[in-house]
Amino acid sequence: MQLTGAEIVIRCLQEENVKFLFGYPGGAVLNIYDEIFKQDKFKHVLVRHEQAAVHAADAYARATGEVGVALVTSGPGATNAVTGIATAYMDSIPMVVLSGQVPTPAIGMDAFQEVDMVGITRPCVKHNFLVRNIDELASTIKKAFYIAASGRPGPVVVDIPKDVTAHVGEFVYPESVQMRSYNPVLKGHSGQIKKALKLLLEAKRPMIYAGGGVVLGDAAEPLTKLVRQLGFPITNTLMGLGGYPATDKQFVGMLGMHGTLEANMAMQECDVLLAVGARFDDRVIGNPAHFFQNPRTIIHIDVDPSSISKRVKVDVPIVGDVKSVLADMLQLLDETEKPHNAEPLKAWWQKIEDWRGKNCLKYATSSDIIKPQYVIEKLWEATKGDAFVTSDVGQHQMWAAQYYKFDKPRRWLNSGGLGTMGVGLPYAMGAQFAFPDAQVACITGEGSIQMNIQELSTCKQFHLPIKVILLNNRYLGMVRQWQEFFYENRYSESYVDALPDFVKLAESYGHVGMRIEKPGDVESALKEAFGPSNKERFVFMDFITDQKENVFPMVPNGKGLSEIILAEDL
Amino acid sequence: MRHIVSLLMENEAGALSRVAGLFSARAYNIESLTVAPTEDETLSRMTIVTSGSDEVIEQIIKQLNKLIDVVKVLDLSDGRHIERELMLVKVKATGIFREEMKRMSDIFRGRIIDVADGSYTIELTGSGSKLDAFLEAIDKTAILETVRTGASGIGRGDRILKV
Repeated sequence: MQLTGAEIVIRCLQEENVKFLFGYPGGAVLNIYDEIFKQDKFKHVLVRHEQAAVHAADAYARATGEVGVALVTSGPGATNAVTGIATAYMDSIPMVVLSGQVPTPAIGMDAFQEVDMVGITRPCVKHNFLVRNIDELASTIKKAFYIAASGRPGPVVVDIPKDVTAHVGEFVYPESVQMRSYNPVLKGHSGQIKKALKLLLEAKRPMIYAGGGVVLGDAAEPLTKLVRQLGFPITNTLMGLGGYPATDKQFVGMLGMHGTLEANMAMQECDVLLAVGARFDDRVIGNPAHFFQNPRTIIHIDVDPSSISKRVKVDVPIVGDVKSVLADMLQLLDETEKPHNAEPLKAWWQKIEDWRGKNCLKYATSSDIIKPQYVIEKLWEATKGDAFVTSDVGQHQMWAAQYYKFDKPRRWLNSGGLGTMGVGLPYAMGAQFAFPDAQVACITGEGSIQMNIQELSTCKQFHLPIKVILLNNRYLGMVRQWQEFFYENRYSESYVDALPDFVKLAESYGHVGMRIEKPGDVESALKEAFGPSNKERFVFMDFITDQKENVFPMVPNGKGLSEIILAEDL
Repeated sequence: MRHIVSLLMENEAGALSRVAGLFSARAYNIESLTVAPTEDETLSRMTIVTSGSDEVIEQIIKQLNKLIDVVKVLDLSDGRHIERELMLVKVKATGIFREEMKRMSDIFRGRIIDVADGSYTIELTGSGSKLDAFLEAIDKTAILETVRTGASGIGRGDRILKV
């Protein structure tokens, strides 16, 4: 079938069952937009800034597990997309970003709105392509989707020159992809799995540490089964929250820089550590040298071999898809006679209960001033712990992670790796498009929300009933916290002066605006916002919170996990 | 420790920059890098000389393997191998140098491939240290220009890197 390049792009997206395309038009992609106009198989979501298009596509992928898709024009459209692409890359999100490019003969001529997109994005994509010829357009898009979703997922950019979208070529969509250079290992090595299970069953102080790979690999179910059968403590990373039910008693909370005392101490003092789809990053294990002061045997399951023994030397590496490896491990566990290590395990749990007894997430309540932690606790109650929660980056993000107890995977959407302020609102959009009837809450700060505030307009256009939970402390809170702790209270540029009236701002877009200034009003306001009267409405809740509240516990940068500071220590 | 790594990759536009970009982005050392298509023109063969601790080298190999265009990677230093580098040296060939340079070239099994009134261009192949030794051996003031390819390597005997 002879089609134009633009028609081929549309057909490819339809073949991939794309339901939403997040984008922004411009010169280089006008042929593609003309074809979008003529079709109704997928919905195009017009954002107000390309960065938001990519974030929304990213969130759609995080919430559904499908590949998110964004479309931007060349030049500034492409460069605006870069932060979104890098964000998705750091968190291994499957995404395809189509970018327009100047016509092939104009490439390298410093043409209007020309930028070397393949060059600019090379360090922050799983792979990228420049389509030089219409004959390779369909096969390239097919490859892009395959690469994005397989192995360790990640964003793939397909840069398409405008003349390629106008040329006519034969359209055949390949049924499958074969690449001699790319064959991710999915099945774990059975000998290694056996060895790992033996170590786990003989452990006296076992610990399980699960990351974003469990969520992305849809492995929450086998993980939960395994953890329950073993009876071991488990912690989740920021990216792994929801991978194991947070309300379960075996869950010891998030670990890392703002993790719980029990999670961090158990990591430090365990004798056998099973890491699943996690990568021992600097915010998680702190100083690696300090981590190694305690000897322990480490088992690491990950689909990406380069994540294994990168920051921390691993004893039993298992390369493979976490879901498949955990299933194999469960089957082996069924067939294995369990040794009687009940006594040491009981003693280990006792130790953990002692740490847990410190109640490290306790905070000073107040009847005059709204404590941000309190808002999150009440949000959890108001949404019955079942909302899709997005956050931006900073203190509010940590409070959300600590106090909203995620029982299901894919409910917690945040930028863990890159730490991108401004993702919260577009993430909420992506999640709401994916699940139009679900409750979607965006927990944010007055700094972050202003980084993509223009999307209030997109939310208006598409009638998205998102609830924004703004924890407004009139500071770039996390910056202020570090300045308080490590820069002798010199609050350099961390005060956000000249804030808009967020209530009026929301109202000007036709949304519902609420300002909540008293702790006594928090619960009722949340009930109202999430109640039936606002079911169809976008509600912007401006909570005026304690300006000087800090996030605890805290493992200072470069310190070890057991050098954790609790609120009561200060 | 110095390592010599060979790899085969899809001979596609931008493939070289992916490898070069990886080394700079992750702050890996790169002493030399050579690349050219193989007898199968869809594949390029690259030789990279790098250095680092065992952990760093392990990461380099893994990160190279992770690049979508890379088909196979082999750390030649893991086993018996041969490496060669080509150098072209333009030297002064006037007065006493005219005879001296010819003699030195012969001693190092070089070949004079261009002769001009005032200069010779000598072609020399060998390990990097042999080429260094040649430059050490001749009078520094006679050297007009040098160009080196960086090392190419191949496994000995049955060690074959092929798709």
